[in-house]
Amino acid sequence: MQNWISAFGGRQRLLQLAALAVVLLVVLPLTLDIFRLNLIGKYLTYAFVAIGLVLCWGYGGVLSLGQGIFFGLGGYCMAMFLKLEASSPENTAIQSTPGIPDFMDWNQITELPIFWMPFHSLTLTVLLILTVPALFAFVIGVAMFKRRVGGVYFAIITQAIASIATILIIGQQGYTGGINGITDLRTLLGWDIRPDSAKYILYFLCCVLLILCLLIGQFVLSSRYGKLLIAMRDQEDRVRFSGYDVANIKIFVFALAGIFSAIGGAMFALQVGFMSPTFVGTVVSIEMVIFCAVGGRLSLIGAVYGALLVNLAKSLLSESFPQLWIIFMGALFIGVVLLFPRGLAGLYEDFVQPHIDRFLASRRKPALVKHEQAAEPAPTSGKPQEVTS
Amino acid sequence: MGGYSGQELAAIFVMQGFSGLSLFCVFLLMALGLAIIFGQMGVINMAHGEFLTLGAYITWLVSELATTSPWLQQVYFPFAIVAAFAGAFLLGYIVERLMISRLYHRPLDTLLATWGLGLILQQIYRSTFGPREVSVGMPDWLMGSWAVSDMIDIPLNGLFVMGVTLLMTVSVVIMMYRSRWGIKLRATTQNRLMANAAGINTKRVDRFTFALGCGIAGVAGAAFTTIASTGPTTGSLYIVDTFLVVVFGGAASLLGTVVSAFGIAQSQSILEFFLSGSMAKVITLLVVVGILMFRPQGLFASKVRR
Repeated sequence: MQNWISAFGGRQRLLQLAALAVVLLVVLPLTLDIFRLNLIGKYLTYAFVAIGLVLCWGYGGVLSLGQGIFFGLGGYCMAMFLKLEASSPENTAIQSTPGIPDFMDWNQITELPIFWMPFHSLTLTVLLILTVPALFAFVIGVAMFKRRVGGVYFAIITQAIASIATILIIGQQGYTGGINGITDLRTLLGWDIRPDSAKYILYFLCCVLLILCLLIGQFVLSSRYGKLLIAMRDQEDRVRFSGYDVANIKIFVFALAGIFSAIGGAMFALQVGFMSPTFVGTVVSIEMVIFCAVGGRLSLIGAVYGALLVNLAKSLLSESFPQLWIIFMGALFIGVVLLFPRGLAGLYEDFVQPHIDRFLASRRKPALVKHEQAAEPAPTSGKPQEVTS
Repeated sequence: MGGYSGQELAAIFVMQGFSGLSLFCVFLLMALGLAIIFGQMGVINMAHGEFLTLGAYITWLVSELATTSPWLQQVYFPFAIVAAFAGAFLLGYIVERLMISRLYHRPLDTLLATWGLGLILQQIYRSTFGPREVSVGMPDWLMGSWAVSDMIDIPLNGLFVMGVTLLMTVSVVIMMYRSRWGIKLRATTQNRLMANAAGINTKRVDRFTFALGCGIAGVAGAAFTTIASTGPTTGSLYIVDTFLVVVFGGAASLLGTVVSAFGIAQSQSILEFFLSGSMAKVITLLVVVGILMFRPQGLFASKVRR
């Protein structure tokens, strides 16, 4: 039992995770109506990306500004499957070529392109959602990390790739739906995803997947690999001289972050009912980074809260003061970087955690407390962790 | 290509090449500032596009002032360029002082902070000048075109932008390699500690370098107004491309920046004629990213001890 607890990040982390699970699975569904809950579900899909960034950027020191690509890959895979189901020959009988998605028909395409073929099957679709981003991340990773491209260069190149992906999707309207994206998604294996009951189920599915991803993340960080990851971020050469292949460590974490993002993208398409190139490009990719930074780049759970809070602030502010929102977002970027590099998680560790510890300590035998503290992984050092490259 | 005669093709090539040259000038003017800031100081300035926009808006303001008299309208442009430079330089100086100077050892964080700055500036432009694009009233001598042959027309504003670009490039080269400031800057880049020990105030060098890079972006903005209209997001359209230009050229190499800006702009605009605009851009950028994967240090890598 003790082994299991420490394998997933220690007792404290698991308690925090349980608290998050209670908030997501019990508190929010009981207090919010389905419209708001669906919005929360949408924000949670961004949290998948933010978790990936914590692993990749916070712990690995590899900042990718192209996580939108993976979010988009997952989202488009799912949307393509749903779209094919929605464009059965009966539904599209009025088109000049029935049985293909409506936007293809508008663009005078008369046959389903080959790369759409696998998306007739849900099994294949799910497989592709998990493997395509991993493969793509692997290719980018091998090409760049094996040649020791890192830090700033990696950020710029991933951003360029995100920008290329957006232009490509918008330009190839007949195959991708262009700027409007893939819209009008209706059923999943005959199950209507639009009514409220379906939205509840999808929300819970999204939460469960998110918690699974968090557990995987904590498992990775608590393993020997997690230690290597931190060592590599802080002293890359020393890890290399110790005989490890630094590139492989980076490739793995980048691919894992990509898979998480793709799961988020797929859940986005399911819950929101469309997918468009807006969620692929550079702007959204860098916004994802700020969700992660606000939550705390060294805290997986913090990233979830970060994604939720920033987006809630966005929807509240942009409803009443649309101009203020952008300024707020910009100030958030600057403020988090200059004043709170450890984000919300840092504030929590500095101001809330000591009180909780004291409260717990006063209710326990002193000897036990000491033992507990020794078993905990050493908290991250008091100074903000600097990401050097 | 079938329907064109050889002569027509040549004319297309020249005209398309010329429009590529205009793009090249915008890239180069923007990349010059970035190459100084990023290549020499290692700072990622994501708000660089907004400095270009600032220069463009300042030019527009000056041109609006100049409409009062027809005589002023003919001569205001050089003054507008100076004002654009000064405005962007000043803003850059303040930004360096308040923000960048605290982040020198965290390059990735600079990237996020300057992105935030860019967002704020964009919104300020939008609230001040409105979301619609504005265009500068151009003096007569910038309008019209120069007919080289009966099939080839070279627009004068394009020639003017080229002149400005050439002037800026030459002066940057002179400043970097023939001035005291250039020596100090290169010393600081190569070895900050030793530069400090030799009595160079490296902090002041940083501040001036950053402000100068921003000022050049301001001039780029002024030049930009002669070939297109200005909106709040004008600058951010080019930022990703320009970073790619700088990285592709080799971060610390001015020659590399020139060559890569030329290559990217030309291939984009010549491909544009045969393919759709978006595909031309996709192919160009993909090739650049592909080459960067095989040669991460860029075309012209300079050996700098980091």
